Order: sequence, then C-alpha cells, then structure tokens
Amino acid sequence: MNLIRLVDVTKTYNTAGVPVAALKGLSLTIHRQSFVSFIGPSGSGKSTLLNLIGTLDKPTNGKVLVDGVDVATLDRANAAAFRGNTIGFVFQNFNLIPVLTVYENVEYPLLMLKHVAVKERRERILNLLDKVGMLDQKDKYPNQISGGQKQRVAVARALVTNPKIVLADEPTANLDHATAFKVISIMHEMKKVFGTTFVFSTHDPKIVGEAELIYTLEDGVIVNNDKKELNGGTR
Amino acid sequence: MRNLIKIAVRNLFRYKRRTLLTSSLIAFGVVLVIVFGGLAISFKTQMVGVLTNTAMGDLQIHRKGYVESIDNLPLNLTLSGAELAKVETMLKDMPEVAAYSPRIKFGAMISNYAQTSNMRLSAVYPEMENRTVTELVKRIKGSVPDPDNFLRLGEILVPDNLMKGLSLKPGDEIVLIATNREGSVNAVTLRIAAVMENVFGPSGKDGYMHIQDAQALLRMDQPEIVEIAIHLQRFDKLSPVASQLKNESAVPQAPFEVHTWEQLSPFASIARIIDLLIFVVKFILISIVLVSILNIMTMSVYERISEIGTIAAIGTPPRRILSLFLVEAFAMGMLSTVAGIAIGLGILWIMNLTKIDFTFGTMNVSLAPSIPAGEIVWVAVIVMLVSLFAGFQPAHKASKMEPVDALGHV
Repeated sequence: MNLIRLVDVTKTYNTAGVPVAALKGLSLTIHRQSFVSFIGPSGSGKSTLLNLIGTLDKPTNGKVLVDGVDVATLDRANAAAFRGNTIGFVFQNFNLIPVLTVYENVEYPLLMLKHVAVKERRERILNLLDKVGMLDQKDKYPNQISGGQKQRVAVARALVTNPKIVLADEPTANLDHATAFKVISIMHEMKKVFGTTFVFSTHDPKIVGEAELIYTLEDGVIVNNDKKELNGGTR
Repeated sequence: MRNLIKIAVRNLFRYKRRTLLTSSLIAFGVVLVIVFGGLAISFKTQMVGVLTNTAMGDLQIHRKGYVESIDNLPLNLTLSGAELAKVETMLKDMPEVAAYSPRIKFGAMISNYAQTSNMRLSAVYPEMENRTVTELVKRIKGSVPDPDNFLRLGEILVPDNLMKGLSLKPGDEIVLIATNREGSVNAVTLRIAAVMENVFGPSGKDGYMHIQDAQALLRMDQPEIVEIAIHLQRFDKLSPVASQLKNESAVPQAPFEVHTWEQLSPFASIARIIDLLIFVVKFILISIVLVSILNIMTMSVYERISEIGTIAAIGTPPRRILSLFLVEAFAMGMLSTVAGIAIGLGILWIMNLTKIDFTFGTMNVSLAPSIPAGEIVWVAVIVMLVSLFAGFQPAHKASKMEPVDALGHV
C-alpha cells in the first residue's frame, strides 16, 4: 500500500540568480512498513528529496503525496501539524535540544505536539529508550553522551509520537562505521517492532546494509533502484 | 505552559554568565527605581508634611479673588461672620475634615519704641490652629506646656530675624500698628510670648497673635476671616475633598474659593520636579530592559537557528515557537524583577534601620524611605510588559523561520 508517492517532481533553487535543478522529474512510490535508503554523492538531491517528503519544502513542479496528502497544499501551521502527527525526523547532527536530558528530549514531541497522559507518556518513553539501549543514560544531557548514543536518542525521539514515517537524512554521516551500522540496525529493528516506514539517505554505500529498497540518486535523477531481501544487504 | 517555562528557564541558564550580566543590569534598574523612588517619595512626603503641618494646612479657603492678590494681604476680601458660619457648617458635615482654623492675615508695623519694622501676621484661635496645623508648636523656641494655648490674649509670637533685628527678647513689650479696611490706623501693645522660627530658617517676617487682639487692632465688630486652613483625616484624600469643596464653591452665590497646598506653595514645583525625576528613572529602567532583552533574545535566536529548525521540523507549530521565546524573555524579566525588588526593598530596609536624619530649614527631618506597594507593582508589571515587547521581535523572527533553511544554518 502506497504511503509516499512522487509524481514527476522537480525542485529548482535559485542560487545567486542562477537556477539550479536539485531534482529532475522524479517519480517513485514507497510502501508502508518499508525500509528504504537513498544513496548518492553530495549534491545528488537526497536531502532535497527527504525535505519534500518531510513537508519541510515544496516542489517546484510535480506532486508529492504523503499518506494521501499533497504537501504543496499545506500552509506552515498545517505542515507543522502534519509532521507532528505523521513524520519523525532523524538528523545528521543529531539535533538534540542541549538543555534537555535524554528522557526530556524524547518527551519533547509529546509535550509540544500531543496530549498524552502522563503515565502513558512515561511508559512510552521508557519503552523506547529501552529499545534503543539508552534507558540507563536517560538522565544525562546530550553533551554527556557519545555521537552514536545521541543518534539512538534521536531515533527514539522520532518514534515517540508513533509516526507513520521516519525520515533520516544522513543519520550516520557523523558516526564511525561500526556505530553507523548499529544505528541503522536499531532503525531496522524499530521498523520491525513498530511497523514504521523508514526512509534514510546516505552517501556511504557500505552502511545501507539492511535497506529493503535502495535508490541511487545522481544529479537529481534516480539512476538505480535495487530491491533486496531482508537482512541481505551489503556492509 | 509548565513545560514551556521549564525549557525557557533552562535556555536562559544555558549561557549563565550572559544571563547573569543581563539580569544584573535589569535588576540594577529595578533597584534604582525602588531605592530612588523610595527616597524621593519619602523626601517629598516629609517636606509636604512639614509645609502643611507647620503652616499651611492641607487646603485653604478664602473669599473669591483673594489668592490673586494674596501678596497685598487685602482686608477687604474677607468672609463675614455669617459666611464663616456657613462654611463651618459645610466643613463639619465632611467626615474627611479633621480640623479647621479661621485666620485673619494682615500686614502691620512692629515697634520696640526705638525702631520699627514691618511684619505679616496670622491671627488665630490657638486651639483651632494647633489642631489644624499640628506641628506649628515645633516652630516655637522653648517649651510649650499647653499646645492648645500656645498663644494667649495680649501675646505675640515674633519671628527670629525680627527679634534679632529689633533687639527683642521674650517677655518684651512691643507696639503693633496696622491699618484696617477703612484706612483707619490703630495700634495695640502686646507682650512677646516666644520666638517663632520660620520653617525655612531665619528668614521671613511671619508672626502669630490671638484673633481677638487682631479684631481689636483692626476695629472689627466681629471677626472677618481672611483664610480658613483645613487639616484632613487622611492626606491621600486631598484630591476628592478639594474637588468636593470646589464644587461647592462653584455655585455662583458661594463667596469662597478653595486651593490645595500645591496651588499655594512654591514647593509644589519642587514636588513636581521630584515626580519628574522619578519618571526619568523609570524611563531609564524601561530603556535598560528593552535594550537588554532585545539584545539577549536576538542573540539567543541567532545562536539557536538550527535548534529552531529542529523543533519546527519535528512539528512544533510556529505559534508555539513564538511562545517559547516570549516565555524566555518574560522569564528573564521576571527573574530580574524579583531579584531587583528583593535587593531594592532590602536596601530600603537597611536605610530605615540606620535612619537618615537631615535638617530642613529649622526642622529636623528623619527620612524613612519606603515605597508604596503600587509603585512596586508598577515596576514589576512594566518590566514584564517591556520584556514581552522586547522579546516579541526575536520570537516572531524565530517563529517565521522556514525549517528547511533553519536546519541548514551553520
């Protein structure tokens, strides 16, 4: 069943008055509960694509449908609400809020976006922290934990609102290979546990290991899509 | 809201030194307003108290047109016995009026049989005057065993500089010569009861005598009252009482006019300058808060662009982002205000313990600085409102950021 559908999507930026095409007529479909990776070198359009799916940006042409909603029709407030309900984000630089503890960082989306009863909120956070292996670090601040741990917290934060999609833009770019692979494994594990669709981008083909579907992007077009059997990826 | 406050306070303490410096600046402004305001208000209150309680009374009633020619001390603008009776009835019906004192004021010549000088006289009923101008007896040199009888028939209180100028001493006899309203000159012999000090020091030529002696000197069949001084139960009721009396005097057939001490004393200008200074200090405080909060919040937004992008990306609505920064600005204003008020009140408390004494003219005044609760509330409310106002622009900027641009900011 389709969760994300892109139809002939182009995205053009104006850089110093010069139009630069980041995506050129891209069409693709991502099904529910899939684990998809976009790979490609820097500037290939991976981040632009994730921004469009994440309703952070709007296409110049074409349609981006996420969970049946055309993202171009959403205004700022509605887009924010849509993201809060439907999409979780994992960022390259972890982007944890430095003044909040690990627990509070995971709690933040629930406090800001959803009215969840205190007991349920606590159970959900502790469960997620346990699943990503950060329960014993819950009272630490982001500057007290390692990069890999931060990204695990970010994964828990992305999942805490029970989103349909988690978008991860270069989630392993700032991690060493072993840690990067561990983070991807955790994401895959979470996908299996919660049935969430994971879409992530990377420029490092070595860490796409567990992706079920790998799209290769170059200069704003898909040059290859590679379906894999579960757990059968390259490392 | 609790969570917004928690995050806002933590963000404030993210940069402890900067927050501390800015808070100190705002708190200093609050302290300045409280301490300066406390001292200035206390000084003004004391001075007004000295003026109204030693000479003027809180309000004065005269025949219409008298105040315009007050420097000439005219005796043809007086209230007759019947008119005085009507005014007295009106004053007795007003619960706010604690006491009143009818006076005859006129100019006269004083002679020690060898030299003559001019002086101004207030002829009073001692008991009524003492109850209206409650600290008048403090101006009399030496002890006054019975303040209600600080002056007897046949006695006069002479100001200090006239005593020295005419080489007089208490107990001496003088002659007082005056012209009445018909132009007839008369004289009376009086004994000096005591020396009367001017509240502003050894200047002025104001003396006191009994109203019945003045009546005889001026050949009045019955007292023709020039002035009625009024003392109120509560000084803060001055405006409503003055308004009420002015309404009564506005009736065409009413013979009298009403003036508050402010309209009669040049010190009112000083009081207004004090109020202006307090306002200037408040304006400085507002400027400090505005610039400090605007500065720190602008820096805060600029430093946290990527973080703003993150919270926007994970679904925080723009309105919530606005609130987050506004609460931060408000929290800073509030913390600084609370600290400033605590320090300011502490300083006033210490000043009260140590007692600040000074001499105003011949009066020893003990300054007990305090600030009305309303002023503290004003300071707190204005600082918080200005904090919100100053925080709005940076907060608005944060809420309007496109998450995709903010996330890409380095």
